[in-house]
Amino acid sequence: MATNYRQLTINGLWKNNPALVQLLGLCPLLAVTASVVNALSLGIASMLVLIGSNFAVSLFRNFIPAAVRLPIYVMIIAALVTSIELAMQALTYELYLILGIFIPLIVTNCIIMGRAEAFAAKNTLAASVYDGFIMGLGFTIVLVLLGAIREILGAGTLFADMHLLFGPAAQSWKIVIISDYVGFLFAILPPGAFVGLGLLIASKNWLDQSIDRRNSAKNNQPEKIDLQPLKSE
Amino acid sequence: MALISNSSPHIQRPTKTADIMRLVIIATVPGLIAMTFFFGWGTLINVVLAAVMALAFEAACLKARKRALMFFLKDNSALLTAVLLGLSLPPFAPWWVTGSAVFVAIVIAKHLYGGLGQNPFNPAMVGYALVLISFPVEMTRWTSPFELSGNSWNLLSFSDTFQIIFGGWNQTLTSLDYIDGYSGATPLDTLKHRNGLTNEEVWQSSSVLANVGAWYAVSLAYFVGGIFLIYRKIFTWHAPITLLLTLGLISALFFAVDPDTYADPLVHLTTGATMLGAFFIVTDPVSSATSNKGKIIFAAGIGILIYIVRTWGSYPDAMAFAVMLMNLSAPFIDQYSQPRSYGHRRANKGLSAKEKSQ
Repeated sequence: MATNYRQLTINGLWKNNPALVQLLGLCPLLAVTASVVNALSLGIASMLVLIGSNFAVSLFRNFIPAAVRLPIYVMIIAALVTSIELAMQALTYELYLILGIFIPLIVTNCIIMGRAEAFAAKNTLAASVYDGFIMGLGFTIVLVLLGAIREILGAGTLFADMHLLFGPAAQSWKIVIISDYVGFLFAILPPGAFVGLGLLIASKNWLDQSIDRRNSAKNNQPEKIDLQPLKSE
Repeated sequence: MALISNSSPHIQRPTKTADIMRLVIIATVPGLIAMTFFFGWGTLINVVLAAVMALAFEAACLKARKRALMFFLKDNSALLTAVLLGLSLPPFAPWWVTGSAVFVAIVIAKHLYGGLGQNPFNPAMVGYALVLISFPVEMTRWTSPFELSGNSWNLLSFSDTFQIIFGGWNQTLTSLDYIDGYSGATPLDTLKHRNGLTNEEVWQSSSVLANVGAWYAVSLAYFVGGIFLIYRKIFTWHAPITLLLTLGLISALFFAVDPDTYADPLVHLTTGATMLGAFFIVTDPVSSATSNKGKIIFAAGIGILIYIVRTWGSYPDAMAFAVMLMNLSAPFIDQYSQPRSYGHRRANKGLSAKEKSQ
């Protein structure tokens, strides 16, 4: 079976985006996106686990008995998450403290289990690794986008504390969008994450619809949509 | 004798949305006057500012949604939301607090859900709750009422108030001085953060509670406006009276048990947002329950929630939270409180309604 990498890319980043379309992994998505650095770190951690689990599941897919495949996936994912957690503890200790419980919780992230079951168990090694990468990338992009929106609205900055992830050189990356900002607490609190994600999903659907409409107009099938309400009462 | 025969309906009352909204806005005027009289120009400036911004946001949303612009602008609903917000916000609230509240109320709470009639939550309360959570410092700085020094009202002048609202209080020292001189806690706040004093001791020692009459007067003004609306049959008595009764009953119960710890019913009914909420928020036809029985359940729930949050919660007042929580329950209340039409079978309720329709 020839793998269509282009299709995989489109699926992971847009058409079947784990965060915006599948709505998987919402718990970390909503909990840690208060700033770009948190969002990016958790996104990268999830992506690494996703690549690793897809790799392992695909590699052993012919040896895993179907009846106990889910416990086996969980074991694989848990082992990977533990390694990531230990690595973060060693390399980025402050970040490890900030993200806290949400690193071990990657185990329960449905995207990882979902891709293992739906893709890696049925596809070749290379395709599975690429799928893990692109799905993880799609997830990370949404995380970072939401993190950026919430950081700008909530604290008036962008890329603050990036040195936690990239070392001291990144200390100067912080951009102050609005100086003397009083802070918009709502964006930092969980409700802000829900509203922010809702707006992101709505914009994606709106984009899709307008693209569809343009395509159908191009296909010479003008559809008339009358949005005007009845004016008379 | 000329016999004029008219077709029904013979009894008329305002039916157009614009007329109803206009009457409600008119009914807030006594409250607005009382607020301005006792708390200075801030409320008036806030109401005007909110109204201008609400109309601008409404127009922008209508344009983006490709709806008839003037038809919806003229229905006064955005104006009413703005007036209610302007009345609820602290008089010294900076312009961007009012702006955020109006933006969220009109754009998010109303138009993203599909415009007037489609909003599950009361837009004004969504806006208020958002700024209350987001800007705790600005939102808890309530103005002290008039201070009668000598023979003159000691209120901040119009231009000074204007400067505080638009100039940014934390940049100029002068306005900071004004703020400290003129702002203070509300009665509910004072009674909540009492440092272990009994009711009697708080009442004797607090300078805020010495001026509690100002709050009584404002509540009375809202009450008058509300009665006017019931008289004009804009809404029925069910929701407001039930809310006041529920809140009064619970607070009387707890006050009777322990008069040192729990505030008396009069305070609960006449300070904070009780009167404004009972007559102008709870009666919102869109986001509240529909039938008379439903309205009673709806308003009783709000009354109970207000008392719970005021007494044991972390906020001194709870009108916005209580209303939004009950807005969420309104569809369920409607489902279980369908009235029985005369001559028809018992109304379908809950699951049985589904079975019968199958």
